[in-house]
Amino acid sequence: MITLEKRPEPSRYWSWATPPLAVVLTMIAGGVMFAMLGKDPVEAIRTIFWDPILGEFAFYYRGQLLVKAGPLILIAIGLSMGFRANIWNIGAEGQYIIGAICGAAVGLAFYPFASFIVFPLMVLAGALGGFLWAMIPGILRVRFNTNEILVSLLLVYVAEFILASMALGALKNPDGAGFPGSRNFRSYPSGHNAELIAGTGTHWGVVAALIAVIFAYVLFARHQMGFQIKLAGQAPRAARFGGVNPTRLILFCLGMSGALAGLAGLFEVSGPAGQVSIDFNVGYGFTAIIVAFLGRLHPVGILLAGLLLALTYIGGEAAQSSLGLPAAAIQAFQGMLLFFLLAVDVLTNFRVRFGKREVA
Amino acid sequence: MSAVLELAGLTKAYPGVIANDDVSLSIQPGEVHALLGENGAGKSTLVKMIYGLVKPDAGQMRFLGQPFAPAEPRAARAAGVAMVFQHFSLFEALDVAENIALGMEDPPRMRDLAARITQVSNAYGLPLDPSRLVGDLSAGERQRVEIIRCLLQNPKLLIMDEPTSVLTPQEVGILFQTLEKLRSEGTSILYISHKLEEIRTLCDAATILRLGRNVGTCDPRVETARAMAEMMVGAVLHVPERKPHETTQVALELRGLSMAAPSAFGTSLKEVSLSVHRGEILGIGGVAGNGQDELTGALSGEMQAAAGQLWFEGRDIGALGPNERRALGVLAAPEERLGHAAAPDMSLTENAVLTAATRKSLTRKGFVNWRAAEGFTKEVISRFDVRTPGPQTAARALSGGNLQKYVIGREILQDPDVLVVNQPTWGVDAAAAAAIRQAILDLAAGGAAIIVISQDLDELMEISDRFAALNEGRLTPPVPAAGLSVEQIGLMMGGAHDLEEVHG
Repeated sequence: MITLEKRPEPSRYWSWATPPLAVVLTMIAGGVMFAMLGKDPVEAIRTIFWDPILGEFAFYYRGQLLVKAGPLILIAIGLSMGFRANIWNIGAEGQYIIGAICGAAVGLAFYPFASFIVFPLMVLAGALGGFLWAMIPGILRVRFNTNEILVSLLLVYVAEFILASMALGALKNPDGAGFPGSRNFRSYPSGHNAELIAGTGTHWGVVAALIAVIFAYVLFARHQMGFQIKLAGQAPRAARFGGVNPTRLILFCLGMSGALAGLAGLFEVSGPAGQVSIDFNVGYGFTAIIVAFLGRLHPVGILLAGLLLALTYIGGEAAQSSLGLPAAAIQAFQGMLLFFLLAVDVLTNFRVRFGKREVA
Repeated sequence: MSAVLELAGLTKAYPGVIANDDVSLSIQPGEVHALLGENGAGKSTLVKMIYGLVKPDAGQMRFLGQPFAPAEPRAARAAGVAMVFQHFSLFEALDVAENIALGMEDPPRMRDLAARITQVSNAYGLPLDPSRLVGDLSAGERQRVEIIRCLLQNPKLLIMDEPTSVLTPQEVGILFQTLEKLRSEGTSILYISHKLEEIRTLCDAATILRLGRNVGTCDPRVETARAMAEMMVGAVLHVPERKPHETTQVALELRGLSMAAPSAFGTSLKEVSLSVHRGEILGIGGVAGNGQDELTGALSGEMQAAAGQLWFEGRDIGALGPNERRALGVLAAPEERLGHAAAPDMSLTENAVLTAATRKSLTRKGFVNWRAAEGFTKEVISRFDVRTPGPQTAARALSGGNLQKYVIGREILQDPDVLVVNQPTWGVDAAAAAAIRQAILDLAAGGAAIIVISQDLDELMEISDRFAALNEGRLTPPVPAAGLSVEQIGLMMGGAHDLEEVHG
């Protein structure tokens, strides 16, 4: 009989060891699944995890890696602040869209005016757009005690309709021959979020993601706000006793995650995506939730988790095209990763004992 | 005369701790046998084995001369063992008779059961209306439901776990009369408690456990309370000493403090007025759930008071939050150690930042100075003898007594002008409790004004200068503690409605 025994303290060792263990277990279970689909499991795993970094066509994939990981990390860092405090912003996707629209609108308003000031203004507008969109669930929560999960999630669909309306209306390219979508920022250097180092995929969003990681690390490790966030999440009564102002905390966490999601949207629309289009958003805001938890809500963990998840996306696409694996199999594979991570999480707080069961 | 229950060499080990080590005892018919010991001495494990909740690793039990090894509580009940737990298992939305029927193997018709409940409750002097909703009953009345549930089984042995912790002195009197009657009918009682005076008045024999071992059996009627306490602790007890001090300057004053209940299950505070002088300890008694938590919250700053109701040294502080009050010198230590006074999964150092950040300057420009926080934590650990591997240990890993010493020490070492403590020694072993009380007395001697909220009347009488009681959110006018009789205290605590039973 196997019994679980609660540890007096969470194990430091296991809290670091469980994510790699989850990756290994995912590889094994995923390999079994791929074998059952009639594919060579070793080759499939290699295609997903190895080829994008060191394979023959890695020069193409490597750039993609940072392009995909950048927004995931940036959004996940913001979400992790709220999640640590039990404030659940599920609508980062919406804040991402609104940030992109606001930032792009500022850039397009200046077109074709050429100045170094345009891009920084777009960045500010993007952050502000995401911030304000997140303030809607924030203010409703502190004023009327509404559920921020529902409000933020439903606002994603509102944001998607605004996006469609912008792509077809106000922000539509006047020179676009009637096609939906805005002007492309690639043809407007002052507003273009260009690749900083050719071939690496590094653009300003990746730089911002790294800064956000460092900022969050310092916030959690050294700053009183980070302490209060952690406290409010772990022991709300103790937080009130410790003088934490819940209203301030909710607005800070939601505002921060909204601003970072808005930034991610702006960097995407002005760089890799290039334009405001109907199908601009691809779900980064939702995937970032997985990234935040995969990284244990820790900034460094989120950095690694963002890279890992980006890798499975790119590798998954490669496996689809080169091995003919169905898209659903790749999604199941990504789902397994989260599943195993949560499952082995038990080891952090519990000790497994083999042997006779205690009669309690 | 053969024993009702005999235990021989009972041993039970849990991973990392031996809860019971070779414990033997025997209970005679009609005997009230006390089981004494500090928290963690193994009392609960021992009675759980008797009641069939836990299987012993080694040793034998004999009940009425027969070998006895109940596999589950049902088997123990069938054999004639009944138990009243410290925490009641009652449904508030059901009435008394329905609750009792729920615990029976095959309950009789409701009408018959109600009649039997009335009959038993009259026979044993435990007045109880079977048709009342349990949700409307006081803690003492709820306990009667549990006791009557047991008595309906005609037990040979009744186990009672800390029965008086929820009772007013008058209710304790009624309970003791019931137990006397049971004894006279030949029912044996195993009585678990750490209140020594109670055991001296009630019990015929006492078994004392320390660290899972039986360290002695004595006759509590001839032994002094102090001798028994020292057997329990295994050391010579340090009795708190008081130094005389001035009490002229008012530090904290409540003028008709009223506050709505923070939740549906809370108690509202109604017109609470009091003043505490520097150097004085005001003891506030009362049965649990009469506004103790709410009063603590109102004083700590977790809840804000209306203008003009709460004053510190002539300044209205009702609108200030916890940290603003701390900055002025008004500190508090809530009852619930884990989750309120301390965050369970955070280290002791982090928990130091929780309340001491303001007064100990543990933050600068919003950044936490972890080195200073750790230094302060180490000071608390060494000055208050907190047994822990170090400041990085999570709060939840500490034993109740050690964490309480940490929580109290953390506030006292911030040098407060006013300290409010709720249940300073609840669930704390005798040695730690004595140390905590001494620290509170020393703080008062240093000129701080202190409010101690407690359900332990002995404790309040030992350290308070004045005494008041909370009853349904109202506070009686404080009176000098010296010379207060148990009857007066009981009346103050609102036990008056039970007085007639004592005399009738």
